[in-house]
Amino acid sequence: MSKQKLPILESEYNIRPARILKVRQLTLTEKLYEIGFPNGESLNHDPGQFVEVSIFGVGEAPISLASSPTRRGSFDLCVRNVGKVTAALHQLKAGDSIGIRGPFGRGFPVQEFVGNDLLIVAGGIGLVPLRSLIHYVLDNRREFGKVTILLGCRTPQNILFSDEIETWSSRLDLSFSCTVDKADPEWKGNVGVIASLIPGITLSRHTYAVVVGPPVMYRYVIAELLLKKIPAHRIILSLERHMKCGLGKCGHCQINNLYCCQDGPVFRYEQLRDLEEAFPR
Amino acid sequence: MRYVTIPADKMADYITALARRQKVVAPVEKGKGQFAFEPISEGREATLTYIPTILPPKKFFMPQYETLLEYDLHEGQKMQAVVELEEMVLFGVHTCDLAGIACLNTVFSDRPKDLNYLIRKNKIVIIGLECVAYCDEYASCALMNNHLPNGGYDLFLTPLGDRYIGHVNTYIGDSLVEEGGFFRDATGADFAALEEVRRRKREVFHDEVPIDLDEIPRIFAHSLRTTIWKEIGDRCLSCGNCTNVCPTCYCFDIVDKPNLDLKSGRRIRVWDSCQNERFAKIAGGESFRKERSSRKRHRFFRKFRYPVDRFGKFFCTGCGRCSRTCMARINLKETLAQLAREYV
Repeated sequence: MSKQKLPILESEYNIRPARILKVRQLTLTEKLYEIGFPNGESLNHDPGQFVEVSIFGVGEAPISLASSPTRRGSFDLCVRNVGKVTAALHQLKAGDSIGIRGPFGRGFPVQEFVGNDLLIVAGGIGLVPLRSLIHYVLDNRREFGKVTILLGCRTPQNILFSDEIETWSSRLDLSFSCTVDKADPEWKGNVGVIASLIPGITLSRHTYAVVVGPPVMYRYVIAELLLKKIPAHRIILSLERHMKCGLGKCGHCQINNLYCCQDGPVFRYEQLRDLEEAFPR
Repeated sequence: MRYVTIPADKMADYITALARRQKVVAPVEKGKGQFAFEPISEGREATLTYIPTILPPKKFFMPQYETLLEYDLHEGQKMQAVVELEEMVLFGVHTCDLAGIACLNTVFSDRPKDLNYLIRKNKIVIIGLECVAYCDEYASCALMNNHLPNGGYDLFLTPLGDRYIGHVNTYIGDSLVEEGGFFRDATGADFAALEEVRRRKREVFHDEVPIDLDEIPRIFAHSLRTTIWKEIGDRCLSCGNCTNVCPTCYCFDIVDKPNLDLKSGRRIRVWDSCQNERFAKIAGGESFRKERSSRKRHRFFRKFRYPVDRFGKFFCTGCGRCSRTCMARINLKETLAQLAREYV
């Protein structure tokens, strides 16, 4: 008997064919994609989960889901052009085919959030996974208490979803503040790092803080949240790692003994505070 | 429970008879004291006294390159997930490598299951072979409790001087010993001889590092910030030899290999190494194990601490390959001894 190659229908590496329904350029480097499956099936994900996006001939890349599962029939991916797969994705147009594996990982504990106040802290591209949560919360608004969103960006040009932000800032059922590290002449808002917005806000004792941003941001934001007496198990973070398989096997996304793809990407600060590899040193 | 024996001078003929019927892979001498598991067609090509092979049998269970999926974009997006497999008899696997295969089985059976691995492994028949003496000074199999057989084979052979005694562990093992009438059922004298081999082994094999195995996870829990990692990190060349030769290192990358038409191709899984700097790098440029010391520490923790928490077992088999192959002479036994000394 010689070498054989047999099909496996149940392989975890099978991908679901999907189509790009819409593309919108958000900034110079980020595009928003609306993705649908051919039969109109929903992805049925949790806010905060991710998928592996596949472009045959180029490869796969883990991408955060940017829309809420309450919106059925399609989902959003917001992609920054930084690597091989994302560069190829940026070449694609509406109507083009891609592949999807997932959703993977643990999302935000939204059921635990019910009946509590939420402080959502987004740094830069961290707004992308948080958008899935914000949309979910707005679609189920009566389930939650006070909702505060803080957004920090490098410059006004880097701000993602500026049209949506405009509506968020005018809504009565949530409080929204934004700051940029570096302003331009037209900028009328706050200037400074995102952690500087936290001391000024008043938080109830039943607040969950949900923080997503670039790796360097966490240390400063978490320090401010702890000063506000938010306990470590109520500080929820989503970490970025290069999840290659999504199945807890390949090892790339490992943070000490945790696998970001299966145990995360959403973690409690309580789980991470003693881990050497969770935050940049 | 069936035990059989075969005369030592008939072993080569037996292997040849096996190889007539199916693919047989066995340890083969490569010169300069090196051995490798390779396909053979004649029993005399195999070497039954060998030190751990350059690469462990891992290479058959989890090939270095393996197709996971084939795609064709000529008409829409066509794809098919596949498993590559080959029936074979793996002959002469030492107990340390049986332990390594058991570790890989644990990982790939854990949910979500890896069907590529699980389907392939069931096509491989395993004939184990006992060491009656140490291979060399790098081994720490007694410390890891892998110097004696703990299952994981179809048939297990122990040399008794002029003959081998075989433990038949499965139905497949039973059919293996029916081949060509080479074996006969073991008698009381054979069992006495086996008992004597094991008794002598207990005299020769001792914990190679003065450390209590049960203490190791605790020692590691206290050694995250020790300067030992810096010391071995300073010597490490980040070549990845240790992860390649390790029977329980299974980290991988997934890459696309387009055909020349650029319309069809394969998605493959290829061995990767946590010792490469880019292994833990993310799109934003941040690398979470920038220092060699942190990568070395990670590898040790993946052998002696994390799998104990996750799977309830050590992922070091004591085979000694990492120390034997290290160009910087980083020695696992020495590192363990150093950690133990510091902990006390």
